[in-house]
Amino acid sequence: MTTRWFGARVQRVEDDRLLRGNGHFTDDINESGDRALESTIVRSPFAHARIKSIDVSAARALPGVVAVYVASDLPFGGTDLPILIPHPNLTHGRTQRCLASEVVRYVGEAVAFVVAESRYIAEDAADLVAVDYEPLPVVITPEAAERAEHLVHDDVPGNVAAELIQEVGDVQKALEAGPHRKHLRLRFERGAASPMEGRAVWARWSSSEHRLTVYDSTQSPTSIRGGLAVLFGLPESDVEVIAPDVGGGFGPKIMLFYPDELLVPFAAMQLGRPVKWTEDRQEHFTAVNQERGQVHEVEVGFDGEGHVLALDVDFIHDGGAYMPYGIILPIITAAQVPGPYRVPNYRVRFRDLYTNAIPTSPYRGAGRPHACFVMERTLDAIAAELGLDRIEVRRRNLIQPDQFPYEVGVVWQDGNQVVYDSGDYPALVNRALEMLGPRPAGDHIGMGLSPYVEGTGVGPYEGAHVQVLVSGKVVAFTGIPNQGQAHATVWAQIVADQLGVEVSDVEVSSGDTRRFRWGVGTFASRAAIMAGNAMAVAAGMVAEKAKHVAAEHLEADPADLELAGGSVRVKGSPDRGIPLAAVAVLSNPMRYAFGGGTEAATQFAAKPRPGPPLPEGEQPGLEATGFFSPVGSAWAAGCHAAYVRVDPKTYRLEILKYVVVHDCGRLINPLVVEGQIEGGVAQGIGGAFYERLAYDAEGQLRNASFMEFLMPYATEIPKIEIDHIETPSPLNPLGIKGAGEAGVIPVGAVLAAAIEEALGVPITEMPLSPLKLFELFTSRQAGVVG
Amino acid sequence: MKPPPFEYHAPASVDEACALLASLEDAKVLAGGQSLVPLLNFRLARPAHLVDINRIADLDRIYERDGGIAVQALARMAAVEDSELVARVCPLLGLGVRLVAHRVIRNRGTVCGNLAHADPASELPAVLLALRGHVVARSKGGTRIIPASDLFTSVMQTTLAPNELLVEAWFPASTGKYAIAEESRRHGDFALAGAVRYGDQLALFGVAPTPVLADPRQPTRGLQPTGDLEATPEFRLHLVQVLTERLFAA
Amino acid sequence: MKVNGVERPPTVDARRLLSDHLRHDLGLTGTHVGCEHGVCGCCTILFDGEPVRSCLMLAVQAEGHEVTTIEGLAPPGSALHPVQQAFHECHGLQCGFCTPGFVMSVVGLLREHPNPTPEQVEEGIAGNLCRCTGYASIRRAVHRAVELTR
Repeated sequence: MTTRWFGARVQRVEDDRLLRGNGHFTDDINESGDRALESTIVRSPFAHARIKSIDVSAARALPGVVAVYVASDLPFGGTDLPILIPHPNLTHGRTQRCLASEVVRYVGEAVAFVVAESRYIAEDAADLVAVDYEPLPVVITPEAAERAEHLVHDDVPGNVAAELIQEVGDVQKALEAGPHRKHLRLRFERGAASPMEGRAVWARWSSSEHRLTVYDSTQSPTSIRGGLAVLFGLPESDVEVIAPDVGGGFGPKIMLFYPDELLVPFAAMQLGRPVKWTEDRQEHFTAVNQERGQVHEVEVGFDGEGHVLALDVDFIHDGGAYMPYGIILPIITAAQVPGPYRVPNYRVRFRDLYTNAIPTSPYRGAGRPHACFVMERTLDAIAAELGLDRIEVRRRNLIQPDQFPYEVGVVWQDGNQVVYDSGDYPALVNRALEMLGPRPAGDHIGMGLSPYVEGTGVGPYEGAHVQVLVSGKVVAFTGIPNQGQAHATVWAQIVADQLGVEVSDVEVSSGDTRRFRWGVGTFASRAAIMAGNAMAVAAGMVAEKAKHVAAEHLEADPADLELAGGSVRVKGSPDRGIPLAAVAVLSNPMRYAFGGGTEAATQFAAKPRPGPPLPEGEQPGLEATGFFSPVGSAWAAGCHAAYVRVDPKTYRLEILKYVVVHDCGRLINPLVVEGQIEGGVAQGIGGAFYERLAYDAEGQLRNASFMEFLMPYATEIPKIEIDHIETPSPLNPLGIKGAGEAGVIPVGAVLAAAIEEALGVPITEMPLSPLKLFELFTSRQAGVVG
Repeated sequence: MKPPPFEYHAPASVDEACALLASLEDAKVLAGGQSLVPLLNFRLARPAHLVDINRIADLDRIYERDGGIAVQALARMAAVEDSELVARVCPLLGLGVRLVAHRVIRNRGTVCGNLAHADPASELPAVLLALRGHVVARSKGGTRIIPASDLFTSVMQTTLAPNELLVEAWFPASTGKYAIAEESRRHGDFALAGAVRYGDQLALFGVAPTPVLADPRQPTRGLQPTGDLEATPEFRLHLVQVLTERLFAA
Repeated sequence: MKVNGVERPPTVDARRLLSDHLRHDLGLTGTHVGCEHGVCGCCTILFDGEPVRSCLMLAVQAEGHEVTTIEGLAPPGSALHPVQQAFHECHGLQCGFCTPGFVMSVVGLLREHPNPTPEQVEEGIAGNLCRCTGYASIRRAVHRAVELTR
């Protein structure tokens, strides 16, 4: 094994086809030249309503319309979609049906499915679908859900889907005993991931092959495959799901069994033609999962030096109208509040509430941004109360490098306990301060600093299959897809190191159940750890076999052999070796050669030896399948810091300097990690100061377009300076930790602190905007308690 | 989001266009399309007829007349932005055009189209107003000059009749002190509030149903701006004060 | 209309957007659709040499004009166009969805300003949204492209 590639800034192998416009996104698919029918979904314009009738006759009659489905047309129309992650505390889990027929509970809920020759005609037909709605009272904010004057589900008292309480130590006692106490209320509004490619599904049923083929812009093709097999009563082997190129995921595409994911394959099976559905941007805002809505009541007890003695966090989570994803998001917040700090007594209670809004499921960060915000604002409040330096207060509470593994005492999203495996938090803070440098001159300037931790690499497992072909080329497959994270490059680096070949010799394919059938998905900053280690395992097995096969040929001991330069050779004698391609040939005893060097493996050419040509217990070929399953999550960490200026007249935010120190264990490809951080920080800035989801009291999203949902352009994002430290994880052979969500997590906390200092008003909510700051500032001037 | 069905017409001359506008019910003119096509895609506009004037020749000139700059209907904003003539004679117009969206939008969008669309947060209507320019409207019945002060009536409403085609906008030469200041959320966005200074004239945009002239010493007097997601009426009034101070400080 | 130098038959349906015509009638799926209201820039192509939003044009409007899409920048099998090369070297793309729009916008920018000032670079990339990269690498790619085209 070489270490040539691990840690190198390898340029991406994916780029050429993407740059040339030869990407293969789901809406691009045009297989077999058989033009797919197109479709659209009729969605509820009401956040809560009873459906009195649905009349699709005019739609069905429109020329060019092939079919219009309502719930009663579907064999599975009366089936509730699955709860993906059951949990004992999810006592009142409710999910929607594929198409609503009795009640709709959020604007955008699917009511009818129109299939036509083109999307244009489908939209014309959708205009003709007449649904008679009887509006019902709407519950929009988490606070309204908590008050429960109205119910989202008649059989869910108080709109509470789940409640979970955890306690470490004795918080009540510690709060009473401690010299200081402070209460904070911290509020987050919903946000949206908004990848540049919306969701899309393409499906074809071949009755001659008895096979259902589905392309889906999803983060988990294996799960979709399993679900479709169950739903349609097909053997799994007859269902293939492929995530082709995916234009960004960021979480909402790990939500599974959106109605279209069932409707499109169903229609394809019914109509005998391929069917496709591609959402438009307006639909994305009203039908794709969101998250971030949470309200936290925090009570902290501390001593005169700023040590946190006790922390009580009681929060409500805006779960949306249905909870297919279970309660993972609030579990993550609950687990991550303590962050990189020692909290000897910690109690956290959450209630996951229903609202008449889109269901929630992870969006990059997935509960961690809230946790970080809560802890960091609390520490800043402690510092303010005691007149201490904010950084010093943090230093006094940080977990020290000699305290690992560190048990927090609460449960993690994989069902295990939260245990930090490794890290050096003081080093992160110090380095961030060093990079930040002295405060710039000028007025209305503020500083923010926030370390954070990030639980990464949850299981259950991932797998990989690696094969050396007789040409010498290596192919590697895994079940999980990519959405731009350079998986093909990064895993090629790992495999190339194991096999001693060039990165360009390794072709990685992912997210295609035809090529690799097992897997979980790409989410929660787990792909590098899970699939990366699986690749290493599989490639390692291939390397061992290669040595074994070559050893016989070279008359050497396998232990004396190494893989390097595309060959298997004797250590110290680089001339004594055989090319990997030849080893691949020899690993498959042949009767019929077919060129490409395969003559060497036929019975008269190969070296004679006793026993059967294929030794017992062995398989032909130079290939192996390996899996990796972690005992626990690897905990990445980092620290962001920034200087900002807030214009005292326009309340415009100017980020003067933004620095990131990042620890994701051993870096496989720094270029890729930096790209993830830069993208994550941009998303965090967008979510903190530009974007919001403006729901009105009727549950209508008033800014469901890119004109009014303000994703930052390049002009809004400052230069970001990045440095890395590496504290390897002891929990996986490669020593890596995840990096995908890191950029987003502390941005809100950093900007809130900096803006608070710059403007002199307390910041207790996200997101912010010039309007919000104007209102906070002027109401403070007016003496109104904020 | 696909446009609803419509009948498409592509006249080859202004006369032909006017004849169509006179005879068709529920027709909209398509010039740059940067404002209209999004409305079609959202199905917020469902005209029965679309009259595409882009095939009309010789309707894209930028030329000097009567001590000002005339910009014809198909002159793209990018052309106005790059025009040396505009830079020399009416730099305030060049400044205004540069604030409209992004360059790629200005490659197709037209000055006349922007004026006819009459978005209250647009810069160019306020520039026309501050300079006391006018537009030229053609119809089957003849030609009509509409001064800026008579053109804009309400949100997205002008005094242009359904059978009229806006063929030219005229901006008097800008001499002396001129400046534009606006506050928007992102670079290129519509303004939350904006102000145009020309000499000691002040025109505001984004704070009323149309652009309005205001007194630089009391810019918010009589203003009753509306609120939306990014600005309340109070915030708009505050910004008007701030922008006016900025423009008249020098 | 001419698309990437090849004469193409006119479209029949007047309301067909140019973006859909390119993608689905001509099979040139390199131009992407992100919003259909002209904000995101994923659909940017060159129209008579200038960057334009193909989602805001009707296909019929392109008749008699020249359209260049991402596929037309570098013929298959040939080396990448300097702007494409620069994006690759600077890790200026991750998922690749916004990339063709960005590349065409930058090609347009550099045709107009072969030696752009930093302000002109900012203005040139200011109209395209990217959710993956945070723009830093795209900025770097533009500067690299200037070097490569010198």
